Amino acid sequence: MSVLTFIDIGLSILVVTVAASTIVMRELFAAVVSYVAYGLLLAFVWIRLHAPDVALTEAAVGGGVTGVLLITAGKRLVPLRRTATEAEPTLILKVLAATLAALVACALAAAILMLPDEPPSLAPEAAAAASGPGAGLGNPITAVLISYRSFDTMLEKIVLILAVVAVWSIGTDRAWGNAPAPLRQARPYPAMVFLAQALVPIGALIGIHIFWVGADAPGGAFQGGALLAAMWMMAMMAQLAEPSRIDARWLRLALVAGPAVFLVIGLAGILMAGSFFAYPPNLAKPIILFIETFMVLSIAVALPMLVAGPPNEGLEP
Amino acid sequence: MTFLVDLFRITAIGTGAFFFVAGTVGLLRFPDSLTRLHALTKADNLGLGLVVLGLLPLTENVLVAFKLILIWALVLISGGSTAQLIGRALRSGRR
Repeated sequence: MSVLTFIDIGLSILVVTVAASTIVMRELFAAVVSYVAYGLLLAFVWIRLHAPDVALTEAAVGGGVTGVLLITAGKRLVPLRRTATEAEPTLILKVLAATLAALVACALAAAILMLPDEPPSLAPEAAAAASGPGAGLGNPITAVLISYRSFDTMLEKIVLILAVVAVWSIGTDRAWGNAPAPLRQARPYPAMVFLAQALVPIGALIGIHIFWVGADAPGGAFQGGALLAAMWMMAMMAQLAEPSRIDARWLRLALVAGPAVFLVIGLAGILMAGSFFAYPPNLAKPIILFIETFMVLSIAVALPMLVAGPPNEGLEP
Repeated sequence: MTFLVDLFRITAIGTGAFFFVAGTVGLLRFPDSLTRLHALTKADNLGLGLVVLGLLPLTENVLVAFKLILIWALVLISGGSTAQLIGRALRSGRR
């Protein structure tokens, strides 16, 4: 038993405790803070499982972007809650909800406990494929994401765009085309402006760096894109930047750029390499980096637009 | 020479760990939010700085050392600013 074993045990207990506290917290803000802490702890768990790529994503998305998303969503619920009369759920409804939740938890636990000793895995196959058409990439994760599982990776980004469209469609007809409400109505504190001015340039640089080294080291399009997205959100919170109008041409183009470029290159694969989403072997690395560049752009634009919310009716152009 | 380097590393990381423990004790024991904030920033700024200082002799090349120092600088900037923001929010909430 080394020291690391004790750290692992402590980390596991901490993760379960924080997860439980997230559920138990009655107050919204406290629950969100607890959830963010849970995301950061999960990132540590991924590091301990030797999955730094996943850890980076979890820290950026679970610990960062989701927290901002939940807090802004919670703030918007406050005026709604004042007007709506909240009916206390009946006892039967409570029992039903509890039973359903317990059943899902039991099913998940059973699935984990009944895993065969050697779980079926596509990992060796994926690794072999990654050393084929994605050859030249030092990071097998990026190679698998873009060349072995390319269709899934593209569809993930389309899901993000669908989410943005869903958020926009909550707004009223009259507001369509307007910019979302600013993330902060009041004048920001000087400390916030200073933080944004100091952090945004460095953060943007680190975001691009994480994307660029993703070809050969832990990192990649999603992690880098999420960091860039966080920097845009921070600039908006300090009122150094405004949310863009949702009918802006550049915004629409940036949103669809990632999946569109991916799809076009995938189709070109039929002509150039013989099958859908196949890359000519000697050009694989530049093509993958080219696709990822547009992916980063789409992610960096989609996440802040999710946080900014539906178009605002009050601000007429 | 290696002995001296090891001694320096152990002292720096040990002192850094001490500041983390002291900050945590302060966070748990101090009476109100402003004093707890004060305890926390000591752990972040001084504790992490000392740990980074202790790790520097271990680094393989200058780039890694630079990244370590950059991480500390980023924590300094964000920790200091958020402490200001929380403090300001506390004061305006009290009024």
